[in-house]
Amino acid sequence: MLLLSIDSSAGASAALTRRGEILQQWRTEETNSHAEVLTPAVQRMLEAAGVSGTDLDGVAVGVGPGPFTGLRVGLALAHALAEAWSKPLHGICSLDSVALRATDAGVEGEFLVATDARRREVYWAHYVSDEAGSRLVKGPFVSPAAELPPLPVVGAGLQLYPEALHPAKVDQDPSGWTPDAVELGQLAAAALAGEIHGVLCQARPLYLRDSDAKVPEQMRQGAPR
Amino acid sequence: MTEPLVLGIETSCDETGIGIVRGTHLLANEVASSMDEHVRYGGVIPEIAARAHLEAFTPTLRRALETADVELEEVDAIAVTAGPGLAGALMVGLSAAKGLALAAGKPLYGVNHLVAHVAVALADQHGNSSPLPENTAALLVSGGHTEILRVGSLADDVELIGSTIDDAAGEAYDKTARLLGLGYPGGPAIDAAARTGDPQAFRFPRGLTMPKFEGTAQNPGKHRHNWSFSGLKTAVARAAEQFTSQGFAVPTADLAASFQEAVVDVLTAKAVRACQEQGLTSMLLGGGVAANSRLRELLAQRCGAAGIQLTVPPVRLCTDNGAMVAALGAHLVSAGAPPSSLDIPADSSLPVDRIVV
Ligand SMILES: [Zn+2]
Repeated sequence: MLLLSIDSSAGASAALTRRGEILQQWRTEETNSHAEVLTPAVQRMLEAAGVSGTDLDGVAVGVGPGPFTGLRVGLALAHALAEAWSKPLHGICSLDSVALRATDAGVEGEFLVATDARRREVYWAHYVSDEAGSRLVKGPFVSPAAELPPLPVVGAGLQLYPEALHPAKVDQDPSGWTPDAVELGQLAAAALAGEIHGVLCQARPLYLRDSDAKVPEQMRQGAPR
Repeated sequence: MTEPLVLGIETSCDETGIGIVRGTHLLANEVASSMDEHVRYGGVIPEIAARAHLEAFTPTLRRALETADVELEEVDAIAVTAGPGLAGALMVGLSAAKGLALAAGKPLYGVNHLVAHVAVALADQHGNSSPLPENTAALLVSGGHTEILRVGSLADDVELIGSTIDDAAGEAYDKTARLLGLGYPGGPAIDAAARTGDPQAFRFPRGLTMPKFEGTAQNPGKHRHNWSFSGLKTAVARAAEQFTSQGFAVPTADLAASFQEAVVDVLTAKAVRACQEQGLTSMLLGGGVAANSRLRELLAQRCGAAGIQLTVPPVRLCTDNGAMVAALGAHLVSAGAPPSSLDIPADSSLPVDRIVV
């Protein structure tokens, strides 16, 4: 199970994984250069691993939620790669990657993943962790941090709203965690191997918000005053 | 060398266009428009356009390859609009183009949208390409841009002679149509309403025509070859208001016809004079407003009187499309232009003399 995975829901990242083992990985915390840096990074990774598109079993892509323009860059790239290689394309909620990291770090029971949604809000989802790993309970949603259920939190939302959110108990500080392609590749491989269920989705962006466009007064009336 | 087979991708505004050409021979020109989704807003909403590009990309690509009856592996290069245009919309096409280029191992050409409008005028479905005439001007008029260019060579010699300093002409149509309750897009709506109106009923301003802006041929002013359309909608609004405030019906057809006359008069007068003063003897028309009946009529008349040979491509090639991008890409491949790097940015204000990024 050789997968190329891509996420551009916060920073940008890409990974080549074989049955979940990392062959190559790349990431940047920059949020405004996805259109420039992501494709060359994928090219370098393929070259470094000596892998061509025909060797792959599929492409996995984070579908967000995340800032729209950057999110679309990763999705457009993933769609084009999968189409040109004639390989299956799998979508995964980007927050699931942070949930996997939490479980691997020992978080147990119910917890939330919260990331920056800008405009004084967070993107968040509710997970539960048990022997079988982490599982989505509900979400993702976009809300002000103060409206989230009172559960331990992991993810970059923590550092933005420390008064509203309290961190899950883990060894590393979870307040800077953002989605990463490595975990998306691991989740996709596990889902495709039938080990976990319900992870894969359509490779279409989870916007969670409408565009800001407002219908002008004149269009509502449909005639001059 | 046989003529290059090039796939072109256009996502600078609200049309997702994918075209395929072999040299100057158009093989496919598939366009998915998000126009319907913008109607209730009376103008293109960038976020809505960008969302629609991502949804439309793969189906449009498949249709184009099927129509042209070619496989992606056979293509010699991928061309894509790198700018100018709406940044978020450009990034969808650019990122997808990079993906295709990387996956299929093809060179990428990030090209200038405006120059692509010119390139398509020289291509057709039968491969009967006309070479670029010497001393050519291009008049590009759409909802996003309004320019006159001197085109010496599509590969390396394009110069901006004049442009709008505020609204694009098509934008002025949209805003005025909205004001008059004629709907969106404004171009066809005003064109239709104007048919029963009197173009002389109102005298609306011709922007940047005062001597202080224009100067003389020997001593040209700063805006001799530039246009301004933002004052027009205000003038139309004020005229309409005089009727409503007195309880009279607004003479929509007369206002539409007079507005259209003002736009088309100043557009064509300045374009033709610019050609005469720059020694340009042929003109290509491009952009969505090229569909406007009055613009075509008056431009043909004035070019004829000035001895300028006018070429107007079919309307579906004047509006934004992928074939124009492919046509410019094929030209660049033939001219031996070096391909673009995979790290090029989308440039929403790409200047016209940067033909390939
Ligand atoms: Zn255009």
